Amino acid sequence: MPAPHLGARSGSWAIEADGLVKTFGDNRAVDGVDLRVATGTVYGVLGPNGAGKTTTISMLATLLRPDAGSARVFGHDVTQEPNAVRQLIGVTGQYASVDEGLSATENLIIFARLLGLSRADARRKATELLDEFGLAEAAARPLKNFSGGMRRRLDLAASLISQPPLLFLDEPTTGLDPRTRAQMWDTIRRLVATGSTVLLTTQYLDEADQLADRIAVIDHGRVIAEGTADDLKASVGSTSLHLRVDDRDRIEEARSIVSFALDTAAVVSPEAGRITAPLPDADRVADMLIGLRAAGIHVTELSVQQPTLDEVFLTITGRPAADDTASDDVTPEARLSPEGANA
Amino acid sequence: MSTLTQIAPGVSRRVTSHTTLGDTVRQSLTMAYRGLLKIRRTPEQLFDVTLQPIIFTLMFTYIFGGAISGDVASYLPVIIPGILVQTVITTSVVTGTQLREDMDKGVFDRFRSLPIARIAPLAGALLADTVRYTIATTLTFTMGYIMGFRPEGGIGAVLLAGLIVIVSAWAISWIFAFFGMIARTASSVQGISMLILFPLTFLSNAFVPVDTMPGWLQWFVNMNPVSHLVTAVRSLVNDGVVGGDLVVSLVGAAVIVAIFAPLTVRAYMRKA
Repeated sequence: MPAPHLGARSGSWAIEADGLVKTFGDNRAVDGVDLRVATGTVYGVLGPNGAGKTTTISMLATLLRPDAGSARVFGHDVTQEPNAVRQLIGVTGQYASVDEGLSATENLIIFARLLGLSRADARRKATELLDEFGLAEAAARPLKNFSGGMRRRLDLAASLISQPPLLFLDEPTTGLDPRTRAQMWDTIRRLVATGSTVLLTTQYLDEADQLADRIAVIDHGRVIAEGTADDLKASVGSTSLHLRVDDRDRIEEARSIVSFALDTAAVVSPEAGRITAPLPDADRVADMLIGLRAAGIHVTELSVQQPTLDEVFLTITGRPAADDTASDDVTPEARLSPEGANA
Repeated sequence: MSTLTQIAPGVSRRVTSHTTLGDTVRQSLTMAYRGLLKIRRTPEQLFDVTLQPIIFTLMFTYIFGGAISGDVASYLPVIIPGILVQTVITTSVVTGTQLREDMDKGVFDRFRSLPIARIAPLAGALLADTVRYTIATTLTFTMGYIMGFRPEGGIGAVLLAGLIVIVSAWAISWIFAFFGMIARTASSVQGISMLILFPLTFLSNAFVPVDTMPGWLQWFVNMNPVSHLVTAVRSLVNDGVVGGDLVVSLVGAAVIVAIFAPLTVRAYMRKA
């Protein structure tokens, strides 16, 4: 894949953000975010809950006024020309922003009318979009009876009425079942094929890996890493070592032995009893194993893997991507880049 | 794939920096249409505007009629305009609470992200609520008629009076819409609004002749815009006279909109 970053001339940026800051009371929700999103690409903003993803999108989409910094959408300043920016964007929120009390058709017709379509055009557009998103059968039903996936699709459909060249998708698949999630991914890919630029936020590492041309990792309101998925993986080192110990009570002790022997920062990952460490020099593994045996810590499993975005996050932030360790996006099954090779 | 056709790139799109007045009006009407659809989907939210005029008109007329005007029949020309104004204005509080509830839902985020006039979602919601005021107005006059009220001013005067009350209530609803914007919850909107509404509607000439009140209270009652509105409606429906009170009421309504519409829109934007 060609790096869009290199090919982009100034002026072809869909989004340029410089030093965006937003504070709520004492909380610096967004603390100096810079972003460059090239036209026609998918840009992933990856981070845990509360990292500042939604706040960043809200500022770019003119929903929130930045406390400091500036941002331009296709060259239009978000605070100086909000109305111009709004004509170029579609926003699909974390929670479906559609009208619960109305039917799917009524929702789309109202949004289309607000966007200036005539009554007949609005009706035609609504029917087209409902067909496209597989909602034709449910068109007349009130949304109260819609499933989460149906709501999200309707929400996305509503964002596409004016065929905006830039789409903000705020956690488009959070809370969806795996099948609906895959459908949403397909839809996003087809949108990009039509020339749309997409900025999506996600907590799912695999989602960013699958969809995004470039990724910004964001934590505590700051961009802590930026690049293509491959760049990010490379930044962590070519390989990493995973091991599991028998006695979970001694995992801290094991971690320090591993850190010392490999001369790298090992971290305990959420899956109990698992230690992850970058592995710049495979020769040192022997020292590490001797160290562990000398301490009487039994190793139950040992593997060497190519880095996944999961590790990228772990290495950069020193903690797992999701705060709740039970969340399934950090389990090995959820990783879509299992390039791991058992040692 | 009929809808997902190639799209025009962002840099080559022609964009405008302002919405025109015509667009603003059209967008407000679309939002009003949305309000009407919501009322049609949940008709139970019309309970207050249907039951309140019936119950209050019956109650107040029979309780106060004998004491104030000697008998019910001679109290009707006094109480019907009074109760009409009181009921319709009370109804406008609901506009504030419903707007608050509505805004807490995600759909308002989308309205904010659309290239539409900022005032449109608010103006539309308030416009749709005039349906509620119309229902309350019609029912109050109907109850009055059933109880024997025969307005001297004739049907034209009654219609005009109803229209003036609806316009005034729409103007006043901007105050409650403003509370709706700044309050944290819908129930606190209700609380603040009632606190303002009770003194305003009861410390007026709506139910009781002013000359029975102590002097200091008369001063307030005569100042109260609600009294002017009640007097305007009374002279219209009972005598067919368009008086100075009517002018005062309409100017008052215009002043309220001029102050509270910008305040409300600003609060709405800040919330955004």
